[in-house]
Amino acid sequence: MALKRLGTQSVKFDIPPSVYAEASIVGKKEGEGPLRGYFDKIESDPYLGQSTWEKAESELMLRTVNEALKKGSLSPHQIDFIFAGDLLNQSIGSNYGLRDMEIPFFGVFGACSTMAETLSLGAMLIDGGFAEKVICTTSSHFCSAEKQFRYPLEYSGQRPPTAQWTVTGCGAVILSKEGIAPYITHVTVGKIKDLGIKDATNMGAAMAPAFVETITSHFKDTNRDPSYYDLILSGDLGSVGKSIAIDLLKQEGYDISSNYDDCGCMIFDNKTQDTHAGGSGCGCSASVLCAYVIPKMRLGELKRVLFIATGALMSPTSTQQGESIPSIAHAVALET
Amino acid sequence: MNPKMTKEEYKKYVDKKSPNSPILKNTIKAFLGGGLICAIGQMFLNFYKSKGLGMENSFGLVSITLIFIGALLTGFNLYDKIGKHLGAGALVPITGFSNSIVSPAMEFKSEGFVLGVGAKMFVIAGPVLVYGITSSVIAGLIYYFIR
Repeated sequence: MALKRLGTQSVKFDIPPSVYAEASIVGKKEGEGPLRGYFDKIESDPYLGQSTWEKAESELMLRTVNEALKKGSLSPHQIDFIFAGDLLNQSIGSNYGLRDMEIPFFGVFGACSTMAETLSLGAMLIDGGFAEKVICTTSSHFCSAEKQFRYPLEYSGQRPPTAQWTVTGCGAVILSKEGIAPYITHVTVGKIKDLGIKDATNMGAAMAPAFVETITSHFKDTNRDPSYYDLILSGDLGSVGKSIAIDLLKQEGYDISSNYDDCGCMIFDNKTQDTHAGGSGCGCSASVLCAYVIPKMRLGELKRVLFIATGALMSPTSTQQGESIPSIAHAVALET
Repeated sequence: MNPKMTKEEYKKYVDKKSPNSPILKNTIKAFLGGGLICAIGQMFLNFYKSKGLGMENSFGLVSITLIFIGALLTGFNLYDKIGKHLGAGALVPITGFSNSIVSPAMEFKSEGFVLGVGAKMFVIAGPVLVYGITSSVIAGLIYYFIR
C-alpha cells in the first residue's frame, strides 16, 4: 500500500498543509441570512456588473480569488496551481472567471462536493512535494443554476418542501506548504453511491447515503469516532438530508447528533427566507467553510472540524432519461 | 453504508422522512386564484360584449387581453410570485400559458434572438402545443366521421 494511504480510502499527510488564507463572497439573499456578519463581501447586484448570469458567476469567482490573494498578501505568480470548479456545463464559471489569472489551472467537477474535492487534491499536491501554494475554489450562482437545471427565473412554478435553494456564493482557500493553522491532516475520498433516488427536488435524500458511506469509512480508516471532532459539517444535505444522515449513521453505530451541522441549514433561515429545505450548490459549503468555519478555527473556538461536502452527480439530461441520482461525498479533516 | 437497506426500502424510508406539500392549502389557493383569473376574464367578456363587439370577437379579445396581462406581469417579475402562491390556479389559465412562453424568452435572450429567444421560447409550452394541436386534430377527425 502507498505510504500515505490509510485504510480503504483515506490519506494522512506527513506535513499537513496550512490553510494560509481564505475568502468568501456571497449574494444579497445569503447576506441577509444567519451568517450575514461573517462573509468578506456581500454583492447586492446579482449580475455583478455583467451582462449574463454566467458572466456574473465568473466575475464572482474572480473577485473571491482576488480577495483571498489580497488577504494572504500574495500575487498570482506566487501560486503554483489553482483547482476550480462550478455547476455550469463544461465548468464555464471557473474557465472564464480565471482565464486571465495566469495560474496553472485544473478544472474539477464534483457538483456540490467540489470544495472538498479541490481541497483534497490541493493538499495532496502540496504534501507530495509538487507545489508550495495552491488555490482551491468553487462557486455557484442561483440564477445560472436555475437556468441550467430547472426553469426560467420568471416561470411561475412551485417548489416542493424538499427542494433546496442554490446559493449565490464563492469560497476560495489558499493552501500552503508552510503557514498558520488550521491544517489539513486527513482526507477521505468518497465513492459514488446511488440508492435509487430519482427526485431531483430531493437531493438531500439522494446525497445522504454518500455522506454516510464516506464518514463511516473515515472513522474506520483513521480509528476516530464522532466525539474526536468539535464540529462535523456536511456540505448541503439540507434539512431533509440532515435528518436522514443522522438516522442512517445511528444504524451504523455512530451518534453525531450533538456536534453535527449542515452548511445548507446554516446559510439560510428556511422559515423567514423561504428556502424550503435549505441551501445547496458548490458555493454553499465553500462560502460557509471560508466565512465561518476557518475563521472560528483561527480564533480557537473550533479545534477539530470534519468537513464533508456532498454532491449530486446528475445532469438535466440524465434526469429527463429517468436515471437515478448518483452522489458523492469527500471528507477533509481540519485541525489546529 | 448499511447493506441491509435495499433501494426499495430506502425509497420508502425517504418518502416517510420527506415533508409533503400542503395539498389542502395549495388546492384551496389554486381553486380561488384560478377562479379569480377566470372571473377577470368574464369581466372583460362582458365589457367587450357591452361595446357591441359580438360573442365571437369578444371571446378572441378576452384571450388576447389575458395573454397580454400574463406577459406583462411576467416582464415585471410578478407572475412567478403570483404562481408561487396560486400554483395550478396560475398555471392552467391562459395567463399561465403566456408566462410559460415569455419567461424562457426573457431568460435565454442572452443567447441571442435566433438561438436564444426564438429557439428556447417554446421549451415549456412546446409540448402543450404539440399534443394540444395533435389531439384536437384527432378529435376533429373522429367528429368528422361519426357525425
